[in-house]
Amino acid sequence: MDLLRFITAGSVDDGKSTLIGRLLYDSKSILADQLEAIERASKNRNTGDQSGRSASAAPVDLALLTDGLRSEREQGITIDVAYRYFQTPKRKFIIVDAPGHIQYTRNMVTGASNCQLAIVLIDARQGVVEQTRRHSLIASLLGIPHIVVAVNKMDLVGYSQDVFSNICIQYNELAQKLNTKHVTYIPMSALNGDNVVDKSENMPWYEGQALLDYLETVEVDDDLNVDQARFPVQYVIRPQTTELHDYRGYAGRITSGIFRKGDAITILPSGETSTIDAIEVAETHYDEAISPMSVVLHLADDVDVSRGDLIVRSNSQPVVTQTAEAMLCWMDTKECKVGSKYLLQVGTFRTRCSIREILFQVNVNTYEEIEGVESLKLNDLAKVVLRTAQPISFDPYDRNRTTGSAILIDETSNVTVGAVMLVTEA
Amino acid sequence: MKLDYLDQLESEAIHIMREVAGQFERPALLFSGGKDSITLVHLARKAFRPGKFPFPLVHIDTGHNFQEALDFRDHLAESLGERLIVRYVEDTIREKKLKEPTGRNATRNGLQTFTLLDTIEEFEFDACIGGARRDEEKARAKERVFSVRDEFGSWDPKRQRPELWNLYNGKIHKGENVRVFPISNWTELDVWNYIRRENIALPNIYFAHERELIQRDGKLMATEGGIIKPDEGDQIVTRRVRFRTVGDISCTAAVESEASTLDAVIAEIQATRISERGETRMDDQMSEAAMEDRKKGGYF
Repeated sequence: MDLLRFITAGSVDDGKSTLIGRLLYDSKSILADQLEAIERASKNRNTGDQSGRSASAAPVDLALLTDGLRSEREQGITIDVAYRYFQTPKRKFIIVDAPGHIQYTRNMVTGASNCQLAIVLIDARQGVVEQTRRHSLIASLLGIPHIVVAVNKMDLVGYSQDVFSNICIQYNELAQKLNTKHVTYIPMSALNGDNVVDKSENMPWYEGQALLDYLETVEVDDDLNVDQARFPVQYVIRPQTTELHDYRGYAGRITSGIFRKGDAITILPSGETSTIDAIEVAETHYDEAISPMSVVLHLADDVDVSRGDLIVRSNSQPVVTQTAEAMLCWMDTKECKVGSKYLLQVGTFRTRCSIREILFQVNVNTYEEIEGVESLKLNDLAKVVLRTAQPISFDPYDRNRTTGSAILIDETSNVTVGAVMLVTEA
Repeated sequence: MKLDYLDQLESEAIHIMREVAGQFERPALLFSGGKDSITLVHLARKAFRPGKFPFPLVHIDTGHNFQEALDFRDHLAESLGERLIVRYVEDTIREKKLKEPTGRNATRNGLQTFTLLDTIEEFEFDACIGGARRDEEKARAKERVFSVRDEFGSWDPKRQRPELWNLYNGKIHKGENVRVFPISNWTELDVWNYIRRENIALPNIYFAHERELIQRDGKLMATEGGIIKPDEGDQIVTRRVRFRTVGDISCTAAVESEASTLDAVIAEIQATRISERGETRMDDQMSEAAMEDRKKGGYF
């Protein structure tokens, strides 16, 4: 059985938490005591339904299942990313529940970074709004290959096919600007369960799959980077005992591609070469290993390798440079200015870097590129030029999400302040 | 070719443990003797063998642990040849003149935090690996894999660092430490399936056995060591039970069961309609934000 990680993005009142609650509830992933707990809480809170629907339509407030923090329950909003787990006989799912409001853009970026699919919720009464545009931009920027446009609250527009079709047309325009690869449109009512787990009888005109059916069957293999065999070294295993005197194993996780015994490899950034002598997992030897396995590699030659180095198959090499163009999402309240210095972490490698130039900022709502910007504020997105103290090795993010990603760390606060998607050598 | 979900979860957990080894100077693995920390130890073997673990195993003993779990702990550490550090809540109570909670459902679980923080200070641990999972509880569902705690061990849910891709930022100031949760993304059932697949040994109390118990408020509590004093209305009964979680005796309930093999235990867990903590943990049932509050106070 395989694993699908998806993120749900929507505005505050789009019914995102209700949708997740519905998926968990209808797939029987909510256990009796958890249900009792939210029934109790629903009664305590006596939250009337904001859309004016009768409370009897929703016996419990399913949103309460996902709001884990006290302040979230008090304010009725989602503040931080929450993770939910469920499985069906066909697949295992990790739901990344990210807040929709603009001030939490950084949380959505955090949540989206590991996902293969994004559900963008749209209120059928509102159509495509500013938040839809922002969420879609982030999903696209983070390289999420599959987008599900969930047109929710169809019950409030009389399950109208015209309303749905118009929203599809609106969204399609936006998707073309973003080069989103796969977009799927599903009309639904999360509150009533239409087209969430079971196909709705209220929308006979809709011929596609219900959401869960789609999630269970969508093909998410990204074969973009099978030829880019990459292995960032995390740790060197050296037992130094009498029996294992010369043992020297490089521990790490294959971030993409395949390594085989006998492969010619290059160590970056030094450029030294060797061949793979053995591939080991927990003292068992294998002839080959694939991404995302965690393994130990042994090399034929006595070369200098340590944490931070990147081992690659010599036949396909990444970019090695000290000057790179990158998309940057700024995540700190302290502004990012041209000339500011940070620590850049690419894989297991860390080096100092400076923001040499801000090429343009992206308006997250209109997608306009704004030039002449000198500093970035929390939640701003921009294309920048980075200059690093030591050479970094990377693949362009749109070809490889693992070796093309990096973070910026503020050296005084130690906080992660920027999400970096490396584009090209500058 | 695609990895099975258990392989993916395993690989992610090993990656996280190796990041701890690579980024910290004095890490520790918090070991309780429960199935989740036993799973962590198994993952550490996969991450670091044939080398030694780059961290000791640390147990904060409330003095209210099941003897089976303690024996298992000692045996495991010895057979692995790894260092085990045990610190006792009892000592903290004496040294700090702490007041032990009293009353009907009193537990030392909360006092563990003091001993944990003292132990972190004593050994200057900069990272503590733990077996918490996000599916256990809704505050945990929001916690990062690398969870930075201030010098008081507090978790501040509103000031969590962004955690992107598989890039973990373990940089901290002196005095701070990081709690690291390699099996964050595992569910209870994933842990059990993994234990079965990897043939991991567990203490016997995880399997059905006959036991004398105190029946209280619908829960079956252990009589061991007289830790729970039977009240009026409590009944002493003998039942065939197993433990679904193994923690402090004072707050861990048994479940009636006939499951004496891993297959049978997994079948029962798959069929149950009650969550792990809901069925067996007394400490989470005090309020809606019980776990969130304990974490802010430095709890695991």
